[in-house]
Amino acid sequence: MNNKNTRVVVGMSGGVDSSVTALLLKEQGYDVIGIFMKNWDDTDEFGVCTATEDYDDVIRVCNQLDIPYYAVNFEKEYWDKVFTYFLDEYKAGRTPNPDVMCNKEIKFKAFLDHALSLGADYVATGHYARVRNNNGTVEMLRGVDSSKDQTYFLNQLTEDVLKKVMFPLGAIEKKEVREIAIKHELATATKKDSTGICFIGERNFKEFLSEYLPAQPGEMQTLSGEVKGKHDGLMYYTIGQRQGLGIGGPGEPWFVVGKNLDDNILYVEQGYHNEYLYSDALLATDINWINQRPKQQEFTCTAKFRYRQKDNPVTVIMKDNNQVYVQFHERARAITPGQAVVFYDGEVCLGGGTIDQVIKENKVLPYVG
Amino acid sequence: MIVETIYLDHAATTPLHKEVLDVMIPVAEEVFGNPSSIHSYGRKARQILDEARRTMARSISADEKEIYFTSGGTEADNMAFIGTALENRKKGNHIITTNQEHHAIYRSAEYLEQLGFDVTYLPIYENGLISLDDLKEALTEKTILVSVMYVNNETGVIQPIPEIGEMLQEHQAFFHTDAVQAYGLLDINVKEMHIDLLSTSAHKINGPKGIGFLYASEHVPVSSLTFGGEQERKRRAGTENVVNVKGFQKAVEIMNETRKENREKYTILKEQFLEILKEKNVDFDTNGDPSRTISSIVNISFPGINVETMLTNLDLSGIAASSGSACTAGTVDPSHVLVAMYGKNDERINQSIRFSFGLNNTVENIREAAIRIAQIIHRLKGKRR
Repeated sequence: MNNKNTRVVVGMSGGVDSSVTALLLKEQGYDVIGIFMKNWDDTDEFGVCTATEDYDDVIRVCNQLDIPYYAVNFEKEYWDKVFTYFLDEYKAGRTPNPDVMCNKEIKFKAFLDHALSLGADYVATGHYARVRNNNGTVEMLRGVDSSKDQTYFLNQLTEDVLKKVMFPLGAIEKKEVREIAIKHELATATKKDSTGICFIGERNFKEFLSEYLPAQPGEMQTLSGEVKGKHDGLMYYTIGQRQGLGIGGPGEPWFVVGKNLDDNILYVEQGYHNEYLYSDALLATDINWINQRPKQQEFTCTAKFRYRQKDNPVTVIMKDNNQVYVQFHERARAITPGQAVVFYDGEVCLGGGTIDQVIKENKVLPYVG
Repeated sequence: MIVETIYLDHAATTPLHKEVLDVMIPVAEEVFGNPSSIHSYGRKARQILDEARRTMARSISADEKEIYFTSGGTEADNMAFIGTALENRKKGNHIITTNQEHHAIYRSAEYLEQLGFDVTYLPIYENGLISLDDLKEALTEKTILVSVMYVNNETGVIQPIPEIGEMLQEHQAFFHTDAVQAYGLLDINVKEMHIDLLSTSAHKINGPKGIGFLYASEHVPVSSLTFGGEQERKRRAGTENVVNVKGFQKAVEIMNETRKENREKYTILKEQFLEILKEKNVDFDTNGDPSRTISSIVNISFPGINVETMLTNLDLSGIAASSGSACTAGTVDPSHVLVAMYGKNDERINQSIRFSFGLNNTVENIREAAIRIAQIIHRLKGKRR
């Protein structure tokens, strides 16, 4: 297909990554359109919303590139599909991953549909991942910049969706992206990368969550029942966390090792390598296979249990109802229910699911929650 | 793919008329004097202001001393609303307006509420009109100002301005109307209609941007909102924009001559537009009482079609139209006017688009626009799973 007649809708956030995405596609001669997604009403008491600033950056970059720009409102979809899930998981004492859900339900569903209704052939985003057509099979590969690879967050995509997706940044390093932006004097060239969860932004996480969920303070105990202090509400803590516990005294630092939702107890133990932080298997639900569902009942691959972790060799055992049992070849630390487990075969991302149960020596760890 | 673009957003702004530009250029080139200066350069500039002011006054049957040049419709509205309220506060602190006003009035009303004024917002009904009975009921001894937009910028609905003027004749309240959308097409006689204050804007009638006027009847005390020199009879400080005033004058002259024929032309364009949509089996409804709507504006709801998807598709197919007010983050917020008509839970507030006709529109390009719209609608509906 001639690039000039290929319409690519770029999801633009006002950041440097999506700006350079649009630039690269424009340079390749595509019919590029920039669209800003407004997923959250963050208007403060003064009527100011950061979305306004970000959209303004989208406008400036699109004008530099001479491409049309629009905005689309997915506040309702985001609330229903992402934020509700986010709160429900916290209520259940787990640590959700809203980025995974946002990619699945918003960027590569609602936004993709919107783009297609505008006559788009492809959507593109500034994700660090690659799409490869391997003899007719469209696969998702890790981004070449391994420190930036974002396939972890994209594990719920499917081949059907990937056929309509471009990730131009997957082939380059983040450093290069900045350099390209600076070379072209893009308005966002030196803009700080956004951090944290998009709807919380730079705000205090605790404060934000307390606006939506009532915090129930309770006791911090060791697994043997020794009271070590008070916690502010189980939802504020995640497995393996060290900061913010406020337990002093001699010896090694203290870590969160589990939660008891029924009795509102936060379990803490001493030492980074504390035995209770380790497990050797997990059960995952909502498993998505990007390409075909593996035919073997059991196979070996690598997996990530959290973002920016090195790969862990595992054996995956297929179960019914979109579940898998994942046996680690070496025990792993701080496996956290609610986070994603994502599988890889070399560079190829196979898919992933949600960590539901953490297992050690064939027993589900009851204290993990 | 190069497609002919069709501009159907004349209620937002209009192209500068060639003849308007032609009279502005020599003024920009030669007349740089300050109208307040007491030398030949100043006099030459002042002469242009005086002549233009006379043209403006005649266009609405006012006196030239009642015309105050402003930077546009917004400033004229602010002056009329806030300036009149502040200057007449000793007579009362109650103001009546409607919930179909432009934000230039709406925000001014909110500001006055902060200053302690009581503001009554008259509702509009499904047909887009206010009720005179509501107005009668809302009037009190303390009412000092009634402000009702003449022609609504989103629906094109024409409010009963002469009737309101008539009703207020026996009342102390001054009567302001935002006539920005009405000025170009409707015959306005402020004396016969008992209008005390009226706002206009040049760029809605093929004049330049950055200029408008407020008509304020001689008997209305209005305080200035700008502080500085004594221009515009102490009502609006700042050196006058002589080049724009000259252009505005020409735009008004052309408007005076073509008002009637334009009214008829747009009536035909609107008929053609709606007819093609019907012919092409497009499912649509018009918003606002059609018998009370100005011929240049038609606001249409397309059931099942989201505004953002539609507007983006329209733009990509070369058609410029609009809807509601764009939020600062670019997304389309439901129009407060349609919300006032239908309530905030009605689907129509998220499915309505305003098309507004103007100078360069022809039967041919209006038909072409309607055909493209029909194609988009059918494509979007076909896609629905």
